[in-house]
Amino acid sequence: MTTEPHHSAPAPYWSWAGLTEGAWRSTALLPGTIVFSMAFGTIAAQKGLTLTEAVLMNAVVFAGSSQLVAMEVWTNPLTLGSLLSLATITAIVNARFILMGASLRPWLGGLPPWQAYMVLLQNVDANWIVASRYRGEGGSDVSIYLGSGIILWIVWVTAVIPGYLLGAVIKDPSRFGFDMMLPIFFSAMLIPMWRGVKRGIGWGIAGVVALAAWYLIPGYWFIVIGAVVGSIAGGFIDDE
Amino acid sequence: MTSIMNDLATYGPMAGILAMAFATYFTRVIGFWLMGHVPVTVRVRRMLETLPGAIVVATVVPLTAKAGPAGLIAVGITMAVMIARRNEFLAVAVGLTTISLLRYFGL
Repeated sequence: MTTEPHHSAPAPYWSWAGLTEGAWRSTALLPGTIVFSMAFGTIAAQKGLTLTEAVLMNAVVFAGSSQLVAMEVWTNPLTLGSLLSLATITAIVNARFILMGASLRPWLGGLPPWQAYMVLLQNVDANWIVASRYRGEGGSDVSIYLGSGIILWIVWVTAVIPGYLLGAVIKDPSRFGFDMMLPIFFSAMLIPMWRGVKRGIGWGIAGVVALAAWYLIPGYWFIVIGAVVGSIAGGFIDDE
Repeated sequence: MTSIMNDLATYGPMAGILAMAFATYFTRVIGFWLMGHVPVTVRVRRMLETLPGAIVVATVVPLTAKAGPAGLIAVGITMAVMIARRNEFLAVAVGLTTISLLRYFGL
């Protein structure tokens, strides 16, 4: 089944200029990504991973919060049970990517499927928000999304090395607010994404439900629960 | 049987990395795939239009609440700078500076 293209937005395309533009648009997040990756390297070393394994995990998983949580159940050697819990925990922490992928359907649905799936494999919070903001302003160059992901991936994969080798360089990252990096960047990007009060009602519901879910349900469900309820509500709010 | 396998079969770190990678790839592609099988009615289109902002708000609100008053003030100032200047580099820099200062002074 095909998806109807985003109304009035042009078909998706690729460009070299978009790669560098996408990389530029995620630079505000690079310091936070470096610190996060270094912190992960330190923890991976403490858990007994080799440097190669830590770098490889950053390269192929490329999803920081889920990697941190996975380290809590990591054992060496791994049993079948611990492999299953690793996969489950990783999928749960990254469940927000399911919604991010869904939100990109109207745009990337216009690509040949293999290109859409390839570019989705590098989805993280940061390049998704960069791409969503760009798309919200009417853009269609998928290279923005890819270029933003590539620069974050390079930094994520390399910064783990000094973190692994040197140990905790920055003793308490939260002192510099790096634990708030993502909410601060997200809240800034929300402003250009604003499309009026009618859309905002769904967002507000998402926030209230997510907050309630965070209080009531342990773990990482609050983003998915809040976002699903908020966007369903948004679907029932008529334009004009 | 499963518990016996649990005890006997062990795997190296590479298996763990692959398990995590495939679990993550699954989350990255499945939402996009599913939406390709849902007819895009007007309601679904509105839902998809609300979804990016809903994800952002559902992420920001609990994480900010968790960070306490300092987090709330920092996010508020970040958004104010963004509204005034439309520059995310400036907004993020001011936001991080704000939370560092507030924490330095013990808030």
